Order: sequence, then C-alpha cells, then structure tokens
Amino acid sequence: MNATSVTVAETIQWDRPVRGRVAMFGLIAAEAAIFSIFVVAYLFYTGKSLTGPMPKDVLSVPIFYTICLLSSSLTIHLAVSALRRKGVRGFAVWWFATIALGTAFVYGTATEWHRLIYHDGLTISTNLFGTTYYSLVGLHGFHVVVGLIALSIVMALTLLGNVRAEHAERVDVLSLYWHFVDAVWVVVFTVVYVIGR
Amino acid sequence: MSSDSIALPRAETASRPLVDALHGWVTTVDHKRLGILYILYALIFLVIGGIEAGIMRIQLMHAHNDFVSPQVFNRMFTMHGTTMIFFVAMPLVFGFANYLIPLMIGARDMAFPRLNAFSFWLMAFGGFLLYFSLVGANGLYGAGNAPDVGWFAYAPLTSRTFSVGHSTDFWTLGLLVSGFGSIGTAINILTTILCMRCAGMSLGKMPLLAWLNLVMSGMVILAISPLTAAQVMLLVDRYLGGHFFDTQAGGSAVVWMHFFWIFGHPEVYVLAIPAFAFASEIIPVFSRKAIFGYPVMVAATICIGFIGMSVWAHHMFTVGMSSSANTFFVLSTMAIAVPTGIKIFNWLATMWGGKIEFKTPMLFCVAFLFQFLVAGLTGIMLGAAPFDWQLSNSYFVVAHFHYVIVGGILFTIFGAFYYWFPKMSGKMCNETLGKLHFWLFFIGFHLTFDFMHIPGMLGMPRRIYTYEPGRGWDVWNLIVTIGVFFQALGTVIFVTNLLWSYFKGKAAGSDPWDAWTLEWSTLSPPPVYNFASIPVVKSRRPLWDLKHPNDPDWKYE
Repeated sequence: MNATSVTVAETIQWDRPVRGRVAMFGLIAAEAAIFSIFVVAYLFYTGKSLTGPMPKDVLSVPIFYTICLLSSSLTIHLAVSALRRKGVRGFAVWWFATIALGTAFVYGTATEWHRLIYHDGLTISTNLFGTTYYSLVGLHGFHVVVGLIALSIVMALTLLGNVRAEHAERVDVLSLYWHFVDAVWVVVFTVVYVIGR
Repeated sequence: MSSDSIALPRAETASRPLVDALHGWVTTVDHKRLGILYILYALIFLVIGGIEAGIMRIQLMHAHNDFVSPQVFNRMFTMHGTTMIFFVAMPLVFGFANYLIPLMIGARDMAFPRLNAFSFWLMAFGGFLLYFSLVGANGLYGAGNAPDVGWFAYAPLTSRTFSVGHSTDFWTLGLLVSGFGSIGTAINILTTILCMRCAGMSLGKMPLLAWLNLVMSGMVILAISPLTAAQVMLLVDRYLGGHFFDTQAGGSAVVWMHFFWIFGHPEVYVLAIPAFAFASEIIPVFSRKAIFGYPVMVAATICIGFIGMSVWAHHMFTVGMSSSANTFFVLSTMAIAVPTGIKIFNWLATMWGGKIEFKTPMLFCVAFLFQFLVAGLTGIMLGAAPFDWQLSNSYFVVAHFHYVIVGGILFTIFGAFYYWFPKMSGKMCNETLGKLHFWLFFIGFHLTFDFMHIPGMLGMPRRIYTYEPGRGWDVWNLIVTIGVFFQALGTVIFVTNLLWSYFKGKAAGSDPWDAWTLEWSTLSPPPVYNFASIPVVKSRRPLWDLKHPNDPDWKYE
C-alpha cells in the first residue's frame, strides 16, 4: 500500500484564527500568571515589614506618569487604525507618540526609584516592602522597556518605509502586548499605591 | 508496501558526511526532527535519572548501609526528582506532541517552527546547566556540588545561609531557563492546534490526542509561569538580598510552598493528560473500536484541567493551614477523581466487546489502566487531610506518586514508543523484545512500588539516607531494591530494541496498525513536508472513511 491520500475534491468554507493573535494571547496568559504571583506576594507581605521605611512614608502617587502610560493605549490604537486605513503617515505619528508616552513613564519610574534609593534609603534589600516593591514595579517596568524596544524596531522599520497597510494585523498583535502592559499597570498601581499605602 | 520510497531519504542521509548531518540536526526547525531531539534528549536523562534512583535504592537496600554518604544521598534525590520531572517527563511529552500534532491535524509544521527550535534548545541548555553544577557549583566556597535541597527546594534550605556555594543557583537557573522553553513550546502547541488544522477538522473532529494536548499546553502556560515567578523571587533573595522567603525579616517559607505547589500539582496533570492522550489513541486501535464517549472524554479533560489548578495545597496539609483551607483542598482533591474516573470507564467501555489485540503498545496501556486506578485510589487516601497527617512525607507518598508517574505516565509513554516508532523510523519494533521489556518492567514496577507502600505505613520517612535495623522496614526495602534491577533490565531491553529495530527491523509501511488518524496516511518516516497535498477530513477517523467508503464515520457523527 502506498501512502494514502485523504484529499477530498470538495471545497469547504474553512476559517481558522490568526496565528499571531492566538500566540500573543497565550503569551499574555503566561505573563498574567507571572504577575499574579508577584501581586499576591505583594498583597500578602503588605504591612509585614519589620523595619522602615514604610510605604506611607515614602511613596507618592505617580498620577502624571500613570496618565502618560494609560493614554499610550489610546495612541497605539489610533496608530493601528490609521494603518488599517492605509495612513502610514498617521501611523508613524501616533506610533511615535506611544513611544514618547512609554518613555515618559519609564523616566517617571527612574526618578521615583532614584529618590527612594538616594533620599529615602529604600533598596531591594532594606526590608520586605523594598523587596516586594522593587520586584513588582521592576517586573512591570521591565515589560514596558521590552515593549518600547519592540515599538522602536517597528518605528525604525516605518521610517525606512517597510511598514505598509498589509502589516496592520501584525502591528495589531504587538499592540495587544502593549495594551496588556498598560492593563497590568492598573493592577500594580492599585496594589502598590492604593491598597498597599 | 512501497519500501523504495521509505528507504530513499535514509540513503541520502547516509551518503552525507557526518558533520553535515549533525549540522542539519542542530539547525533544524522541522517539527519531526525537533520531536525526535526532545525524545532522545529525554532518553539520555532517563538513564541518568534512573542511575540516580539506583544509587538511592542500593543505599537503602539494608539497614546501616554506607554505599554513599548522606551528602551524596541528598544530591541524588534532588537530582533524581528534578531530572525526571523537568528533563525526562516534560521533554518526552513535548517530543511526542511536537512530532505527532502537526501530522495528526494535517499540517506541514508547527505554527512557529523557529520558536519551536528555540524552545527545545532552551530546555536542553536548562538540563546542561543543572548538570554543570556537578563541576561548576563548588565556586570558591568548596561546599556542595549538585543541588541538595530536594526537588521542591523548600525555604529556608535555599537561603544563602543554608545553601552555600552555587548548587541552588544552578538548580534555579536550570529550571528558569527550561521553564521559558516550556512556555514557548506550550504557546506553540496551542497555536498549532487552534490555527493549523486541515480543512474540515473542526474542534469536535480533532483526534483526542490533539484535544488533550491543547488542555495540557493551556495548563503549562498557567502552571509553569508561577514557578518562573517563584524562581525569580528566589534569585532576588539569593543575589540581591531580598526577603521574600527570609523568615528573619518578615518573609514566609510557607509562601514558597504555595508558589511551588501552584506549579507542582498542575504539573502532575501536565504529564498525565498527554499520557491519557496516548491511551486514548492506542486503546481504540488495538480494540478495533472507535473511542467510547469522545465528547465526554474532552469534557472530562477540561474538567481535570480546571480542577487540577485548584488542588495544590493538598501537598501542604501538615504545614498547618486553617480548617477551611484544609476542607477546600480535600474537597477539590476528591472532586478530581470524578472526571478521571469517567476517563477510566470510557477506556474500559472502548475495550468492552472489542477485538482486543495484545500487541506491546496495548499491553502497556492495559497495565496503565489498572496501575493508574490504584495510584488514584492512594491519591484519594492521601487527599483526606487526617490520613495525610499520618502518612505525609513517608514512603507511602513516594510510592503513591511513583505509581502515578511510572505506573501511569511512563507506561503509556512506553506504549507510545512502540506505537509510533514505526511511523518515526519506518521500521517495526521487535515484538518479542517488546513483550520481554513489558514483563520485566511490569514485574520490576510492582516489586518496587507495591512494596514501597508498606515501609511508609510502618513509619519510614522519605529522604532518610539510612535506618535502624529491626523496625520491620528491612525486608520491604530489600524487595523494593530488587524491583529496581528488573526495571533497569527492562529499560536496557527497551533501548536495545529501539536500536536493533532501527537498524535491523522490518519495514513498517505507512500504516502498520491499520489505524485511523492522519499520521498513518503519509509515509513512514514522513517526508519533510508531511503531506503531498493537505488532507480534507469529514470525521474523527479520516482513514476509516477512506478504507470503508461504503460505511464512513461521518454518516454517524
């Protein structure tokens, strides 16, 4: 018996989900599980530090930088919609705005950490608060930086003229990651600056 | 049988220089080659982990033995557990998934071939990193070499104070790296199953193996990630002076336990569900009947997936949780017996009234049915908190989970080897050697793990390196150790069989078992592109439809 062929000469309607989208949702699920563990640890250890400084003494709510990050979700959405409508120029502008807003957020975290370390004397090894705070906020910051690198690569490709309307779907997959990073900040913000303070 | 078309690809490989062939394997992104790499890699570690188990059993053969020092014994049980779970069971599961899923769903490769190769090499280097500790972990301290903190590495054993040198760091990094590989592969399997199915293969028409691996990959995504997070926390504690698990600074050792077992218990199902998948493919073919209760099998698997995520703290009854927590985890543990029981009944119902052929793959699957049932029964015993308070951390627990992992999972994996080896190599396995392997391993397994329950009930704790004579443990330990030699002999026969059959076995042809799923419709071994033209299916058993055009399945499904 030779290799049998199971082809049937009929055409049927056959739609399957987009690969990149499914994989990105898989990645987001995995990342969400990682963040959940860090968030649970943060909540569990809230108020269990044996020595100072305590959150209420040193933390101030980063309203401005939070607005920056959250509004970047809007700009990236506008960028992708522009690309869908073949507006590469509009895409480039909104995409750049997203990178700028994300960079502003990272700058905000950097200044906050600088103040905490040099002014308040809080490091990752100072007490339990320091350990959980730098880990959770740092893990989120790390994801923002990774996102910014990915966004910048797309920006560079755009400036070189390699991003066209047919890439809207792929760019949209990347925007899913960025939306996720923003959504995680809502959780981190609530846990660190509202509940934990 | 078109043996010409089967022999051709191998003749090509043989004529190429060895370096070229090796280069081809190292740089490959083909799902079949990566699957075989995963499997070979796992087999090497299976031998290593088996030798570690053998060393422990020789040490415990009789009272006051001094075959190895207590330090070496600690390293052996740590390395044995870590190796067998992360570098044997996981790569075996992923290897078969990689090889089979694209073939069974009528695709030419995985969704992301390069991610596939990247994930394999991450896992491979994770294993090398763990074993590099044997030479590299001394550091400047001269203390310890292989990790010796146990495979679940409870705090505070892993703190800098109690784990000097770098052995724990190699353990952490090895698992972290292989964990990233596992997540990558899981995302790949998930995407492949959802997005690469051939025309006509709706979710309800997928082979059960694809369904079960879909659930497995979902569980890997949700269960390995917490382990990754916990390992990052451990690294923060060890390298940056953090206090997550530092009880002196307000941290908690119990939090590590929770985080580890949130990974650790779903992991059991990550390994068991693919084992169920093998049984669900092999039992129908050798019973000459379609699987009984396909939709219920799928539903039961999804149930196991969900409940399996919520039972982890039954590993922690002796820690002293609140009574409401104990009750919750007792009930959820009991609940998981329901879908698992449904599966066992479905397999039995598949065999009921069938024309059963006891070929080697079927022998392993039948043994699996009974052994997995016993493992589940001792699981229910240990899942009752008061019983667990009595026997937790005894050899009863060790016997229980080896019954699950060896008696349940490893037996079906052996069955899968004998079932799919003809597809992978183009050659039939030797049936006599296969049966010899089965009986030796079967006898060895029961000598070892049946009798291991008894010293546990007599109070023998796990992980002790020796014991006093006259406690009634001696004779049982001797029997347990004797069983290991049978298992080792069985494994030697198994490897011999694989090698002999690869070189000398008779040609298999594309469909040696008269089976029904798509992988048997292409050549053995399949060409690089799998299918000359992408198949179109109308039922769960496309090859049945093809072989029985007058009585196809799709008329009844």
